[in-house]
Amino acid sequence: MLKDITIGQFFPGESIIHRLDPRFKIVITLVYILMLFTGENFICLAIGAFFTIIAIVMSKIPLKMFIKSIKPIFPFLLLTAILNILFVRTGDVLFEWRFIKITVDGVNISVFMIIRITLLIMGSSLLTYTTSPITLTDAIERLLSPLKKIKVPVHELAMMMSIALRFIPTLIEETDKIMSAQKARGAEIDTGSLMTRAKNLVAILIPLFVSSFRRADELATAMECRCYNGGEGRTRLRQLKSTTKDYVALAIAIAFYAAAIVVNIIMK
Amino acid sequence: MAVLETHNLTYIYSQGTPFEKTAVDCVNLKIEEGEMIGVMGHTGSGKSTLIQHFNGLLKPTSGEVLLDGVDIWADKSKIRDVRFKVGLVFQYPEYQIFEETVYKDIAFGCKNMGLDDDEIKKRVLETAHDIGLKEELLKRSPFDLSGGQKRRVAIAGVMAMNPRVLILDEPTAGLDPAGRDMIISHIKNYHKRMGNTVLIVSHSMEDIAGFADKILVMNKGSLFCYDDTEKVFSRAEEISQIGLDVPQITKVFIELKKRGFDFGKDVYTTGYAKNLLLKYLKGAV
Repeated sequence: MLKDITIGQFFPGESIIHRLDPRFKIVITLVYILMLFTGENFICLAIGAFFTIIAIVMSKIPLKMFIKSIKPIFPFLLLTAILNILFVRTGDVLFEWRFIKITVDGVNISVFMIIRITLLIMGSSLLTYTTSPITLTDAIERLLSPLKKIKVPVHELAMMMSIALRFIPTLIEETDKIMSAQKARGAEIDTGSLMTRAKNLVAILIPLFVSSFRRADELATAMECRCYNGGEGRTRLRQLKSTTKDYVALAIAIAFYAAAIVVNIIMK
Repeated sequence: MAVLETHNLTYIYSQGTPFEKTAVDCVNLKIEEGEMIGVMGHTGSGKSTLIQHFNGLLKPTSGEVLLDGVDIWADKSKIRDVRFKVGLVFQYPEYQIFEETVYKDIAFGCKNMGLDDDEIKKRVLETAHDIGLKEELLKRSPFDLSGGQKRRVAIAGVMAMNPRVLILDEPTAGLDPAGRDMIISHIKNYHKRMGNTVLIVSHSMEDIAGFADKILVMNKGSLFCYDDTEKVFSRAEEISQIGLDVPQITKVFIELKKRGFDFGKDVYTTGYAKNLLLKYLKGAV
C-alpha cells in the first residue's frame, strides 16, 4: 500500500536527463510548467506532450512509473472533469436533463484540464525521478542564494528540506514496519470497519511519532558532534557545474515555450 | 504432522521496477509441532522475509504456506486468524508499543482476538510472569521503562495471544549479554509451559546453540540447510563459507581435532565442552 507512493522517489540512472545540472533541470521544469499554463488550446498541449514524451524516452525510466505517479491524483482529476462538464454552460448543448446540461465547451474544457494536469504531474515527476533529493536541494539552495542578501535563511531552509526529503523513505519504511507489527498483533488496518481502522490508526501513529522524535534527537546530536553550525563557510563535496548540454537543454525548453506562445497568438 | 509447511515459496520484492530482488527463492520446509528452532542467515539472506510469510504478512509471489496442512491464503478473510495462530515478534519490537500502560499494551493482541476481560487478565498476568515483568510494572507507562523491559513488554504482547507458533526476529538485538541471556531463558520457560513451536532468528551462534533443537540456515534467499543442531554445526566449514560463524567452542574443538584430540562428537555448547574435557582429563590422569 505505502509502496505505491512514488512522488519524490528517485530512480538512479545514467541517462542524459539524469546527468543534466539539477539547477537547469529545475529552471527547465519551471519553464515547462509556464508553457502548460500559458497554452490555451490543444495544439499547445500537443507541443507540451511532445516535449514530455521526448524527455521521458530520454530518461529511460519505465513508462509504468509515470502512470503510477498519476494514480494518487486520479480522484482529483475526475472531480475537476466532472465539475467542468457540469458547470460550463456555454457552447452547443450535447445533452440536457432537468438542471444537468452538458455542452461541447464543457467537455472540451474538462478534457483539456485532464491532459494539462496529467502532463504537469508527469513532467514534475520526471524531475524527482531523475534527480536525487540531495542534489535537488543543493540546486534549490544555489538558485535561491541571491535571497541571502535580504536575510532569507536559504541554507537553513535547504537543510530542513533535505532532511525532510531524506526521511520520507525512512518514515515510510518505519510506518510499514509498525503496520506489520500491529497487524501481527491482529490489528485491522486494511480491513475492518472505518471505526476500527480509525482506532487502530492510533496504534500506528503513536509509535511513529515516538520514533520520529527519537530520530530527530539523534540526528541533532550527530550533527552537533560533527560541529555543524549552519551554512557559513561550508564547502561542498560535489560542486555543481553547468556544461554546454545544460544550456542546450534550457534553450530547447525555451524554444518549446516560445512555440506555445506563438501558437497561442495565432489561434486567437 | 507438520504445523507449518512451505511449498516452493518464492517472494520477489518490487517486481517490475529497477529495484526488483528475489528475497526468498523456492523454499521448501516442514516445521514440526513443539520444536524450538534457530534461524540463521546473513543480513539480506531472506530470513526476515521468510518469517513474514509464516503469518501471512507477506503474500508469496509463488508457492504456498501451509498451516496445519491448509494453505493460509486459501481464504483471504481468515488471514487474521492465521496471525493469532502464528505470532510474530519483529526486530526491535519496543518501537511498536503505544498504549498508556504496560498492561494495555500486552493485552492489545488478546483484545483483537475478541477474548473476554477475565481471560485477557489471566493471560496478561501469566505472560508477564513468564517474561519476568513484575506485576507492579503493569500499571506503569511503557515509555518510562528501560530498553530491556520495553523489549519484554513487546514480546509478551505477542506471547499473550498464545500462538501455536511463536516467531521472534532477533529478540536479543542490541541488548547486553545479561539481558540477552535473560530474554532467551524467559522464552525457554514459556516454550516449556506452553509446549508450542518457537522460532528464533539470531545472529549469535552461542545463543542458538544454547536453545535450538533444530537450525534453519538461509543463504542468499535459498534454504541452505534445515537439520538438527549438531548436524548443522558439524558442517562448520560450509557454514563459515557462507559467511556465518559457528560457536567459538565448536571452533576450539575443530582445532583440537586437527591436533589429534578427537572427541568423536561435535561440540557446540560450553557446558557440554566442560563435561567432556573434565571426563577426558580424569581419564587421562
